[in-house]
Amino acid sequence: MRSIEARGLTKEFKVYQSRPGLKGAFRDLLNRQYRTIRAVDAIDLTIEQGEMVAYIGENGAGKSTTIKMLTGILQPTAGELKVNGFDPHREREKFVKTIGVVFGQRSQLWWDIAVQESFRLLKQVYQVPDADYKQRLDRMIEVLDIGGLLDQPVRKLSLGQRMRCELVAALIHQPKLLFLDEPTIGLDVLVKENIRRFLREINREFGTTVLLTTHDISDIEALCSRVVMLDQGKVIYDGGLQELRRNWAKGKKVHFELAREVDMSELEARTAGMPLRWERKGERQVVLHLEQPDLAVSDVLAQIVQHVHIVEMQIEEVSTEEIVRKIYQEGMTLA
Amino acid sequence: MLKMYLEVIRIRFLMMLAYRVNYYSGIVIYSINIGVYYFLWMSIYGDKPSLQGLTAVQMATYIAVSWMARAFYFNNLDREIAQEIRDGTVAIQLIRPYHYLIVKAFQGLGEGVFRLLLFSVPGMLVVSLVFPLDLPGLSWDWLKFACSLFLGFIINVEVNLLTGVLAFFILNNEGMIWAKRMIVDLLSGLTIPISFFPGWAQAVLSYLPFQAISYLPSMVLVKGLSGDAFWHALSVQAAWCVLLAIPVQLIWLRARKTLIVQGG
Repeated sequence: MRSIEARGLTKEFKVYQSRPGLKGAFRDLLNRQYRTIRAVDAIDLTIEQGEMVAYIGENGAGKSTTIKMLTGILQPTAGELKVNGFDPHREREKFVKTIGVVFGQRSQLWWDIAVQESFRLLKQVYQVPDADYKQRLDRMIEVLDIGGLLDQPVRKLSLGQRMRCELVAALIHQPKLLFLDEPTIGLDVLVKENIRRFLREINREFGTTVLLTTHDISDIEALCSRVVMLDQGKVIYDGGLQELRRNWAKGKKVHFELAREVDMSELEARTAGMPLRWERKGERQVVLHLEQPDLAVSDVLAQIVQHVHIVEMQIEEVSTEEIVRKIYQEGMTLA
Repeated sequence: MLKMYLEVIRIRFLMMLAYRVNYYSGIVIYSINIGVYYFLWMSIYGDKPSLQGLTAVQMATYIAVSWMARAFYFNNLDREIAQEIRDGTVAIQLIRPYHYLIVKAFQGLGEGVFRLLLFSVPGMLVVSLVFPLDLPGLSWDWLKFACSLFLGFIINVEVNLLTGVLAFFILNNEGMIWAKRMIVDLLSGLTIPISFFPGWAQAVLSYLPFQAISYLPSMVLVKGLSGDAFWHALSVQAAWCVLLAIPVQLIWLRARKTLIVQGG
């Protein structure tokens, strides 16, 4: 069964434009002008049960709007949408029992009361049987290490503590599909690692589908095999993380430390015709830019190693973060 | 389902306890109000035994009862809803498998029950020692009053939901909330019993829902309405409960369609 199936999903907003100045303000009273913004522009998205998918894009690319349509909060302007077999907006009350949502920037716990009271209320809201509730809660308390926080009011928790409690709140009814909207924003490394390990565990054990939006590329590397990238409301990439790296990480960088100073022209001459570029970093340090992914480092070495004495060398892979930054800057024209 | 709503009431109870200071200041404010209205009305009465069919003692009872009733039916649901819409937390409410407004109503009930038990009942005992009141002893009148008061509560909740949900369309409806509060206090007969309004105004008010919030329940107790008069009051209230539910639901459905979540 498919978790998410969207065809031509679109959301438009009317934005009122205010005219400048006092005169403009008076004119606005009588006759307001607005323009239509297409926040999400006819996206197609299919996600199978059990997948962990990263949904990324710059600020304002339409990620949050999509999530809000997928969770039934917003009504799509156009397009077909089935999530867990429901129409999220029309069948909201039945549908939301099958999903869990964590908004990194909003709390779904009750601010002024103890954490465990929030859990108890959610147990009733989702009508979780006592035995299941106890078993799930005990397990999550142990894995996420929140035993000491249960009797604290939410407002006294630190961000990392709160976020772990939010996860429990989103999973207490064991949903088939979990939406995470920037779950690790502002968290320290240990908490991040703890949360990621937990997410991998529930994905493996219960086949929970996870859709994650994030600006933290390490989240994606740790969790997701598939990436959907959004730009100006359109999907510009949908595929594996590995392919994204292969297509976009146009080669690697190799740092050399040489025994003696070598003329750049000599290096260039020996590797003529190969898709690469040499760059001088210091007297004896040079950097080799391999500009195509299928060019092997060994081929280049074979050309120079007999003539140039290499003291040290270090291969540097292009990080996913760099790739993503590059795509944001240049667009997806080459892929 | 019922368990969930009981839990909602319980949570609101806990939250009220977390904000004890609000509760104490409420006691002071209500005592002052009852005192002020008591002395004001007693000076209006002077040495006249009765005005507009209410004796001075009945008037004093009316003041005490209607303010204590207000402690039960009054809540800030409109402000809470407007706040949740403005800061976007309404999104969290929409990912839960319940009807947002019904849950809100039950939160209001939790608040009402809290104040009824910890505020109105002890307050009423104190007030009846300080001022000469004419309350019925242990009788069916209290049960009738309870029924009527509960319907008044529902009507007030519906009016509040309506005002609050309008924040979906008018993002800053603070002014409207204040206006509504004043209108409810005045037109529900809290500040001036309806029978003191001029005839034409009474005719108009009898077609508005506000008198059913406070005036009717208070009169049930103060005048000991019975028989047809009681059933008439109760059926007017019940009719308003049903009638007001319609625009609340319609506007809610419309609001969900046009919802824009503020702040990302």
